[in-house]
Amino acid sequence: MAMQEVKPIITIRNLKAQYGEKAVLHDINADIYEGQVTVILGASGCGKTTLLKNMLRLHEPVEGSVKFWDTEILELDEIEFNNMLKKVGMLFQNGALLNSISVMDNIAIPLEQHTKLSRRIIEKMIRVKLNLVGLSHAIHLLPSELSGGMKKRAGLARAMIMDPLILFCDEPSAGLDPLTSASLDELILDLKSQLNMTIVMVTHELASIHRVADRVLFLDAGRLLFQGTLDEARVARIPEIDTFFEVGKFE
Amino acid sequence: MDNIKLESSKLIVAGVVDRNTVPELKKEVQHLMRRGEVQSLDLSGIESLDSAGVAFLECLRQDLEEENPQLTVVAAPLPMLKIMQTFADRADEVEKPAKVSIFESIGEKVEGAWLQLKDAVFLSSEICWWAVVGVFDRKGQKKGSFTSAGVQLGYDALPVIALLSFIIGFILSLQAAAQLKIYGGNVFLPDLLAITMVREMGPLITAIIVAGRSGSAIASEIATMQVSEEIDALRMMALNPIRYVVVPKFHAITVVMPLLVIFSIIVAELGGIFIGLQMLDLSVTTFITRSINIITLKDIVISMSKSIVFAWLIVIIGAHYGFRVKGGAEGVGKATTASVVASIFAVVITDALFSLFYLG
Repeated sequence: MAMQEVKPIITIRNLKAQYGEKAVLHDINADIYEGQVTVILGASGCGKTTLLKNMLRLHEPVEGSVKFWDTEILELDEIEFNNMLKKVGMLFQNGALLNSISVMDNIAIPLEQHTKLSRRIIEKMIRVKLNLVGLSHAIHLLPSELSGGMKKRAGLARAMIMDPLILFCDEPSAGLDPLTSASLDELILDLKSQLNMTIVMVTHELASIHRVADRVLFLDAGRLLFQGTLDEARVARIPEIDTFFEVGKFE
Repeated sequence: MDNIKLESSKLIVAGVVDRNTVPELKKEVQHLMRRGEVQSLDLSGIESLDSAGVAFLECLRQDLEEENPQLTVVAAPLPMLKIMQTFADRADEVEKPAKVSIFESIGEKVEGAWLQLKDAVFLSSEICWWAVVGVFDRKGQKKGSFTSAGVQLGYDALPVIALLSFIIGFILSLQAAAQLKIYGGNVFLPDLLAITMVREMGPLITAIIVAGRSGSAIASEIATMQVSEEIDALRMMALNPIRYVVVPKFHAITVVMPLLVIFSIIVAELGGIFIGLQMLDLSVTTFITRSINIITLKDIVISMSKSIVFAWLIVIIGAHYGFRVKGGAEGVGKATTASVVASIFAVVITDALFSLFYLG
């Protein structure tokens, strides 16, 4: 089987998370494989973004284990974890750009802080990344001058600037027009095929899922109902998944 | 370094070219280029690339071609070429917006200040109008917000005001006592303290404390609502944001501020009594009766009217800066700071005007 040739790059075991007293994730066991696009699916409020945040320690899980490249990240100290984060990029739902500085300075932050590259090379890299997301004209604008979709694309350029090995995307296509959303999906596929990037993405856009997903993790009310390929998901006969795809078709 | 070599005018770049090796490669290139002209660039030995590496190679090629237009390039291996394709710089450079001249910026600042003043006047007239209407008609105001604003603006400020007023009364009396003792004027301490506190220090100290803790809270609350489109949402629900958010605070502070001033004066008197007992052999009863006798109705009217005007200034200025916020988190911070500075400034200026009008 093709699946066994690729090794898991992230393994999640018995992950539990809660906000205060309220449990939001129950006993999640999942694998994410190298060089694949893994889509985390599910209805709003089922814990997709929470799962993403707990994998990246933006929110500390109550118990369980999360391994990146066989390293238990929940036990790393701050310096080790920061080194791990340099190999990882994250695109936030609304771009999460720093509002007071221009798009260029936003994207330059990781390079300026973590490398000794000269300004000329940094600027060139920023131009290239912005061009990839189709935003090269906005380089000197402030985030407040961008539309929602543009902010998201600038956020993606920032997430990619360190050439991460794993890219996490929180709803990359939500709020974008179909064309931009499709070109973003193209870009994600390019990153996967050309740079062998592993991509983990939260989305509920069916069109997008069909275009990019190699594997899906289906969450429902904080539990992992299914993990596997899209075709497997269709024949798995899980009522929640069937309704998700049925209802989505008519949208 | 073995990653980069110059062999008979052929520059060879090989091995790993990524963001970690690029800074050193760059130094080495500058060193090598001084040694002689480069006729060709050999990239065939590159094993690994990232976007920093691609940017470096493109810059290198540009520089070399500038010096020698006939430069020949030996291409990188196929997988590396693909990466170079992905990260190729196809974008045109976008010009930075031109800097404005100093006169232009001065003009803009003056115009901005004028517009701001105009805005503030309109806003205060609107707030005052809705505040008057709001007394008779509670519609369109947040339910229960008058009480919660009163607690927040008044009750919660009591400890700070108590502490500071006591210390101020204590210090004023201490300084005065030292002087009065020399002339044997011990008995005038209550008069002095009462007049200072009622006419000047009570309203002023209270206003400065309230501006610092409540004016800033009002500005940041409204600014955050503005930034997160909550104000727009209120408008779309056919609610007047001023009526909904500002007016209850305006009412609450109008009631609460005079009470805070009275509280501040009483606590400061306690500080004075402490000094009177300890240093000037005054009894508590003399202190209190003298204090009460020296204060006239006019003093109380001035004190109370001052405190109400200060209260209005604080709310109006806080709301003004809150509503005109621009940008995100940083804008909220700026608005809050500006509102505190402006309201303390306005309070002090108004205090001076009051003193001029009611002199004597």
